[in-house]
Amino acid sequence: MTTKLEPKIPAGPLAEKWDKHRFEMKLVNPANKRKYSVIVVGSGLAGASAAASLSELGYRVSCFCFQDSPRRAHSIAAQGGINAAKNYQNDGDSIWRLFYDTVKGGDFRARESNVYRLAQVSVNIIDQCVAQGVPFAREYGGLLANRSFGGAQVSRTFYARGQTGQQLLLGAYQALEKEIARGGVTMHSRHEMLELVVVDGKARGIITRDLVTGAVEAHVADAVVLGTGGYGNAFYLSTNAKGCNVTATYRAYKKGAAFANPCFTQIHPTCIPVAGEHQSKLTLMSESLRNDGRVWVPKKPEDRGRKPDEIPEQDRDYYLERKYPSFGNLSPRDIASRAAKEVCDEGRGVGPGGRGVYLDFADAIKRLGESTIRERYGNLFEMYERITDENPYKQPMRIYPAVHYTMGGLWVDYNLMSTIPGLHVIGEANFSDHGANRLGASALMQGLADGYFVLPSTIGDYLATSKPDKLDASHPAFSAAIDDVNARTAKLLAIKGKRSADSIHKELGHILWEKCGMARNAKGLREALAAIPKLREEFWSNVAIPGSGAELNQSLEKAGRLADFLEFAELMCTDALHREESCGGHFREEHQTPDGEALRDDENFAYVAAWEYAGEGKAPVLNKEPLEFENVHLSTRSYK
Amino acid sequence: MRVLLHVWRQAGPGATGRLVDYEAADISPDMSFLEMLDVVNDRLTVKGEEPIAFDHDCREGICGSCGMMINGAAHGPMKLTTACQLHMRSFKDGDEIWIEPWRAKAFPVIKDLVVDRGAFDRIIQAGGFVSAPTGSAQDGNAIPIPKQNADQAMDAAACIGCGACVAACPNASASLFTAAKITHLGQLPQGQPERMKRALAMVHQMDLETFGGCTLFGECQEACPKGISIDTIAQMHRDYMLATAIRREESAIGGTG
Repeated sequence: MTTKLEPKIPAGPLAEKWDKHRFEMKLVNPANKRKYSVIVVGSGLAGASAAASLSELGYRVSCFCFQDSPRRAHSIAAQGGINAAKNYQNDGDSIWRLFYDTVKGGDFRARESNVYRLAQVSVNIIDQCVAQGVPFAREYGGLLANRSFGGAQVSRTFYARGQTGQQLLLGAYQALEKEIARGGVTMHSRHEMLELVVVDGKARGIITRDLVTGAVEAHVADAVVLGTGGYGNAFYLSTNAKGCNVTATYRAYKKGAAFANPCFTQIHPTCIPVAGEHQSKLTLMSESLRNDGRVWVPKKPEDRGRKPDEIPEQDRDYYLERKYPSFGNLSPRDIASRAAKEVCDEGRGVGPGGRGVYLDFADAIKRLGESTIRERYGNLFEMYERITDENPYKQPMRIYPAVHYTMGGLWVDYNLMSTIPGLHVIGEANFSDHGANRLGASALMQGLADGYFVLPSTIGDYLATSKPDKLDASHPAFSAAIDDVNARTAKLLAIKGKRSADSIHKELGHILWEKCGMARNAKGLREALAAIPKLREEFWSNVAIPGSGAELNQSLEKAGRLADFLEFAELMCTDALHREESCGGHFREEHQTPDGEALRDDENFAYVAAWEYAGEGKAPVLNKEPLEFENVHLSTRSYK
Repeated sequence: MRVLLHVWRQAGPGATGRLVDYEAADISPDMSFLEMLDVVNDRLTVKGEEPIAFDHDCREGICGSCGMMINGAAHGPMKLTTACQLHMRSFKDGDEIWIEPWRAKAFPVIKDLVVDRGAFDRIIQAGGFVSAPTGSAQDGNAIPIPKQNADQAMDAAACIGCGACVAACPNASASLFTAAKITHLGQLPQGQPERMKRALAMVHQMDLETFGGCTLFGECQEACPKGISIDTIAQMHRDYMLATAIRREESAIGGTG
């Protein structure tokens, strides 16, 4: 059984596709919009902006989040900024350049048409956010300020101190609250989606658990939208919030939605290194710091024990500047991460365990003064000091790569619809725009592009064309899905084992980080594929979940999410093993150039790998969407 | 290190709560406060006992999920720091630590240290936004905003909605939270058209949610992990008084209530 992937890319020249498509799509008459209901799961940048925008259009929207308020979705933690092709700096930026940088940055594994549209609407996002009162940084003349980010040679990143994600999310959240007050959106906080309901081949609703009362409830709608984020927490340690999980997208996968490129995970080069076994999460230090910080390690392994200020200039290796002179410290994330791993593998890493490199601001402080640096990065420096007890104004930061973002996600067509009709997927939860590596400041752009501008147009076409039947929760598909959820909860609670979910999750994270992390090889991936089912068995026979299902039970929540990670991890490794090339964040050691750079195989792997669930215990089916590059010349990615 | 915890345990919203003692041994000073609780919870779980429920998510001080009274101080002893960013190096070996939920009528306890802060969302619903439907915006640079205004708006917008201000206030007032939003939007040209309506509606909602009034103790400012200033409260009062006066005039002219 294979699904035919239909990307539904409109014909015509790249720059005209979106306009033409918007004209050709069917519209829903304003008076008819209120007859349609839409479920939006997730309230981050993508989910909140979509829910608010759909409600403004007149649809009846229900929005769900597992946090106590939609304002707490993990988009809030994004620090550095949001890209847009405004060319306010007159430095040669354009929609075409943002498009080109993104396709190249993604190592030519993204769909051209989607990326071009993303670059087009990027300019509208900034306008929209300014209108909502997002306090972007400004110059003395009152106009918007920009900074540079990795993988680009223009300054196109808009920012609000080191809290850009927070301010953009609060803008979307406030728009959402406005619509809740107006009655257009019904908000369900502290609700977790545990099942997707498909009726007659179409996504028609979800089953949720009320995390306070434990009540399992059915929700019916004419279309379902998932904006449930990425799966980086499969690794246990990541920069994601503790609650981030794969459950919503994985449940949809098991109901027939193809999962694309699950092995594409982004390891962010600048995070605070692991301090010990107790570590519960990793903290990012914004990429924007690389604008002024210089990355280095000692040239000689024997110097790694010395204090950084005692190591003279000639004994330091500013390896990014040395290896990639034109991008230097602003090399893209995958490249900077791998370079850090490489110098640490050579025994030149600093700090506990030798797993760290310096990010040094001494030159910038000398050049610009401490007060300028404080103004630019003050909150990040404070955060660093709070966590490490070291003062980065006086001594260099220690950083190391950590799991940060997942480019893979549910496969969607140009309309952001998955292989299940009616199920739309937006933001990090889908796979579409970043290829094998995402550039900095592009996640916020994509989440808001999908939620504010793309989905509200395309979902209308789906509703107008498919004309969903009237349906309520008495339909047998809903009661069956409720039974499934209840059975699963009962099974978890009945295990009564001896290990906490966290301890098993740490073990899974260790397997993935070692075998499916910054560098992968066939042998390691096969070992992971053998180890994961054993760990899953351990989980299902030995996890301890105190308490009941009829109350707030955080142990049950964790265990339920881990159960899905334990299955999903296998899909990640399967995908990583099958992709016999290196591209972006996916680095297969067998496939590298003589100087250690990623070696792509465009002849055999210029496609999206969309995996389809084939049933319990069966190998997933691989579907391929060939990627055609008509506008960008496929070249070896070079930042030298 | 080893610390002795006295933790508020409450099975559910209607249940009677009490302080329960737990010994936390083998704690590293490099652990965050919540990682210390993770260790305690892991040990409870293995014994089959229910772990201590507490809200948390990003663990980097920005989502506003975590919040607890630690030795009587909201988010604990370190200034400008959320509970998740507090580290055990702020305590000494052998310390006793009292951990309780936010205490306020408007924040009912759900379980243990978890409270319902839905009242904050409803205050935002009342008027904490700019009505700018998607697609209706002009160019982002069309209206210059003096850097100083943008910076002051950002200072107020840094609020994470954690509720520490309410928990620290002897009146359990939500004035700092409400005022931060009123000040953020009031500093910007985009916030002007709805400024008066916003002040009236948000203050009114704050009262409806049973938060207390502000008597300028200043405890909120001390407790705020993001350093929001009580100057914002003065701004809120000015906007509110002006709005009340204008509303009277509008009523007189328009003849409507």
